[in-house]
Amino acid sequence: MQLTDDEKRMHEGARGEPRRLAIEQQIAVGRFFDAVDFVPVTQAHLMADGEAVGEAGVAVLEKIAAAPPADRQVLIPTVTDPRGVDVAACARLRQPDFAEGRERRIVDALEAIGCLMTNTCINYQTVAPPVLGEHLAFGDTGSSIYANSVCGARTNFEGGVAALWAALTGRVPRYGMHLAEHRRGTDLFHIDHVPATPADWGALGGVIGRRMGSYWQVPVLAGIEATPGPTALKFFGAALASYGSTPMFHMVGVTPEAPSLAAVFDGDEGSAHEISAADIDAFYEGFVADDDHVDIVVLSAPQLNLYELQEVAAAIDGKELCAGTSMMVTTPPEVARAAERMGLTARIEASGAQVLEGVCFYQMYAREMGEANGWRQIVTSSAKLANILGGYGYQPRLASLEQCVDAAVTGRLAARQAS
Amino acid sequence: MSGMRIIKAHRGIGSIVRGQALVADDGFSARYDLDRVRGVFSRPQHALYGQSYVDRVLVLDIAKGGVATAWMLRDMRAGGKAPAALLLNYANPVMAQGAAFAELTLMDRFETDITGALVTGEEVEVDPMKGEVRMLAASSD
Repeated sequence: MQLTDDEKRMHEGARGEPRRLAIEQQIAVGRFFDAVDFVPVTQAHLMADGEAVGEAGVAVLEKIAAAPPADRQVLIPTVTDPRGVDVAACARLRQPDFAEGRERRIVDALEAIGCLMTNTCINYQTVAPPVLGEHLAFGDTGSSIYANSVCGARTNFEGGVAALWAALTGRVPRYGMHLAEHRRGTDLFHIDHVPATPADWGALGGVIGRRMGSYWQVPVLAGIEATPGPTALKFFGAALASYGSTPMFHMVGVTPEAPSLAAVFDGDEGSAHEISAADIDAFYEGFVADDDHVDIVVLSAPQLNLYELQEVAAAIDGKELCAGTSMMVTTPPEVARAAERMGLTARIEASGAQVLEGVCFYQMYAREMGEANGWRQIVTSSAKLANILGGYGYQPRLASLEQCVDAAVTGRLAARQAS
Repeated sequence: MSGMRIIKAHRGIGSIVRGQALVADDGFSARYDLDRVRGVFSRPQHALYGQSYVDRVLVLDIAKGGVATAWMLRDMRAGGKAPAALLLNYANPVMAQGAAFAELTLMDRFETDITGALVTGEEVEVDPMKGEVRMLAASSD
């Protein structure tokens, strides 16, 4: 890779060991993907929950945090993904004994490095929405696909520690989504049934994601005539990225780089894959549990924004959870403050549900938490969460927000009406 | 060495390793698919469900899922619960970042579908700097 003078200095260690390590790691990845050089980035989004980081990762973070301040400080604004522990709820949720201590060590290290502990996966809605053409180092698949597709910004998946490397160097290897040629459409999908609910949008993302053959495929959706709102696009993108490892989509007439089909395809777009209501129904029906009993309802992944919390409050007003069924809602800390001030949290928690801040369910030692609480049959409005939790020993089912609330109140998931 | 079958690929990450292949036409994500404490595939829908991946040359189709693998591979190696190498038809950035961080051998972009070219139990040598996978002999296991 071609290095600038400043990059050479970092590589030689003249700007401290953390930056030397960071750029060494980035060069290895850049060579793997044939990057010619680096591109400066304006912000980083770092995923570092305790389960993912592990003891080996904590040791690396603490070593960096122990470096002299001039060597360890991030060079660009760096925000954080959800944490694995809400300290106020850790014992009540029966998280592992070591979780809180590991969490404290990680947070101490990240703060020493200069991270802004925003603890959210929807920073693109609540912190600083990216802008067209902005180069980023986003380390959450949902935030990355939203930034690339809806905002027209440019980022690869900077997974976990890679976002930290970007924060320490202020740049990333220039490959993939940073290059115009990799942002072109590759697969056309015609949507003849526009999703009705955010959960349906997630299902659509899952349907298309399962058909993606690699990170390098960019699906193009045609037939979406009314512009979906930010919540629908959030659910769609998060599920598409989760099922397909897909960093970008185009929605013709909706997303900024897709004013027309001709704008996103080089030459003939080929025949379209038709997506119908039957595909969405089949996706829902693919989640099977032992029976209709519900142990827990989770609204999370991505965290809920203020509009969604208002919808939850309206749906659950005056209702009480069924004995033996839990309900959990996660939201960013800043949204939690707003929701408290506006009375939304009190309305939700009056039902017995819990509003947790700065965490996301699957990042909270979900396997251990499920075993400790006897949670197995889970209902969620998030196709992404349903995708993840199958490997954690749960039997997930996907449902709309209204169905989720009904399941929490009755302890049973009612049969879904076909689309 | 004459007659040894060699499969070419893009240059990879990591050092030369030998091991027994564990092959499936399915995706890979450390968070989504694995019980990393027990060292087995834990997603019931995965083609390798219930099987141990520890110290195997893991051969799968594509990278799937989220970003956590970039952290997890290092912790898996530190705890002795990692594969010996990871061979994918197509990696994504997360796999490359995780392999570099963990010093785990990773290769992708083979001249043929790698999940069809190797079979479980086959003994292979993975040479990421040369971009080669060399078939040694089938294991009797």
